[in-house]
Amino acid sequence: MKRLETTFFKLRERNEKALVVYLTAGDPNLTTTLDILRVLSESGVDIIEVGVPFSDPTADGPVIQAASQRSLRNGTTLSAVLDMITSFRKISETPVVLFGYYNPVFRYGNARFARNASNAGVDGVLIVDLPPEESQELRQYTDRAGIDFISLIAPTTPTGRIRTIARASSGFLYYISITGITGTAKPDSSSVKKEVKRIREVTNLPVVVGFGISTAGQAADLSRHADGIVIGSALVRLVGTHGTSRKLMQIVGSYVKEIKNSMRMKR
Amino acid sequence: MKKRLPDKKGHFGIFGGRYVAETLIPALVELEASYKSAKKDRAFTRELAHYSRDYAGRETPLYFASRMTKALGGARIYLKREDLCHTGSHKINNTLGQALLARRMGKNRVIAETGAGQHGVATATVAALFGMTCRVFMGTEDVARQSSNVLRMRMLGAEVVPVESGTRTLKDAMNEAMRHWVSHVRDTFYVIGTTAGPHPYPAMVRDFQSVIGRETKRQIMQQEGSLPDFLIACIGGGSNAMGLFHPFLHYRGVHMIGVEAAGAGIHTGMHAASITAGKLGVLHGNKTFLLQDDDGQIQETHSIAAGLDYPGVGPEHAYLHDTGRADYVAVDDDEAVKAALFLSRHEGIIPAMESAHALAYVMKLAPRLRKDKIIIVNLSGRGDKDAGIIAARMKERVA
Repeated sequence: MKRLETTFFKLRERNEKALVVYLTAGDPNLTTTLDILRVLSESGVDIIEVGVPFSDPTADGPVIQAASQRSLRNGTTLSAVLDMITSFRKISETPVVLFGYYNPVFRYGNARFARNASNAGVDGVLIVDLPPEESQELRQYTDRAGIDFISLIAPTTPTGRIRTIARASSGFLYYISITGITGTAKPDSSSVKKEVKRIREVTNLPVVVGFGISTAGQAADLSRHADGIVIGSALVRLVGTHGTSRKLMQIVGSYVKEIKNSMRMKR
Repeated sequence: MKKRLPDKKGHFGIFGGRYVAETLIPALVELEASYKSAKKDRAFTRELAHYSRDYAGRETPLYFASRMTKALGGARIYLKREDLCHTGSHKINNTLGQALLARRMGKNRVIAETGAGQHGVATATVAALFGMTCRVFMGTEDVARQSSNVLRMRMLGAEVVPVESGTRTLKDAMNEAMRHWVSHVRDTFYVIGTTAGPHPYPAMVRDFQSVIGRETKRQIMQQEGSLPDFLIACIGGGSNAMGLFHPFLHYRGVHMIGVEAAGAGIHTGMHAASITAGKLGVLHGNKTFLLQDDDGQIQETHSIAAGLDYPGVGPEHAYLHDTGRADYVAVDDDEAVKAALFLSRHEGIIPAMESAHALAYVMKLAPRLRKDKIIIVNLSGRGDKDAGIIAARMKERVA
């Protein structure tokens, strides 16, 4: 079984929900990112989304935009991010999803990307600006390399289209809980509940909910409606504030533990 | 034999497409359907024709530039006078079409990105005309260098949102407009100003701008009794060029040349010539030639013309380049400034710095051609907005 599939299987057996955490690779630098990844995997995080920085992140709010800029100023490249994941794989089995925009991957070369990402131990990719109509050009390679292709579903996505997206995806589906960009608004619990139900009617893939979740209370509440939740901008903000501080690892560790605990208590 | 482009998925060969976040896809599907039905609706086309004529001032003249022709000593030069359109550039052709479409779709809020401010002004204008609220995103660098257009937009009741991110120019204005659209997609119509962006924008903007080429064809047949030998237009995203070129595409004898901005010179790396010096990539919803580094990060661009200061180019231009149907060249800032002054002093017409790039290439080409050859250049906008930039350049020269 693939790592992502195993993760959701085990979580279901334990009657738990997945805590998915996003961070921008290379902010403040890739050595620190590797340290954070280790802390996340030791603090109960089930899936890590590693953001590959892009100069023009049109789906991201100010927090992740700023993190991407800091990372790029430090010279972060896709191949350096893959090297970092190779190092992470030596110390952890926590699934890793590469999250980003298409152009850096396209420039790197789709076939080469799939091969090297798989060798590095990447479990899935989520390319924000690659909808199913265009995704075949990358998916033909990631499928073959055993990398899951994760897709976004928005509040604006009609049900018929959800079916199309699910058919062109594997691993899990990512429901964008707000009509907007990352980290800018708070999702509404009852509409998330309704929307996830709508998704589940047409697919058996696990559904995680993200965009705008930052507190333990939100995590506990929203995770009831789905197979997991994603923390993104909130953690990126912590890294942005404490990036060079010695206390960063402790702060990150206790933050995600608090979130994970809140998700367990509600069970 | 004649293939209709784009295909159903919005591709021009390998270019174009719809590379955007899922949140926007349903809006683009809806837009595509609405545009398709509007195009077939006589009432829609009649209304657009009415506003184009009685409000925007079409048709625009095709003017034989006799003193310029004589001074250059070669081919006969005609100017398609889009600078005489209401608001001062060809941009109104497209914003009228899109605003009428927005109204038809029941959307009363419009947003736009702008570089030189010409598209921003044209959008603010039609928003005022149809009683819509309008928000225009503009990089702070452009807000500073095209301040007269900022004032015009505000007079027209639009909100101008200065964009501080990235390089603070057109690319970043477009990023911010897309972010705003993602967050307000249910009630907001995004008026894209050029033949770029996700499908159906490149095709739709081309269609609205094609009035330029249709008129030109009729006018040159009347005045010269033959088709032109060359069509020349500047290229940022490529809307004025596509508008002129498209109706002539199947006339094999008509050469088409798009003129990109070479900024401080291609060799300096400080330019905006995406076809001349870019590589294939994906940005702002379409696959096209982009100025980017080896890691796929979009590079800063430089041009004296804010409207050309963009790291990409419309996908149909990429396709025309790839198939060899059109040629693309680049002229630098200095050449453009010289051309602007040349036209001002020989014909009494002050061109926009964007259009001056096309004129600069005409100045190189015309003397090399026989006197019976015909060149038509798209004078896409007037240069009032650039007076400050030219004055600063002239002062530099004297000092």
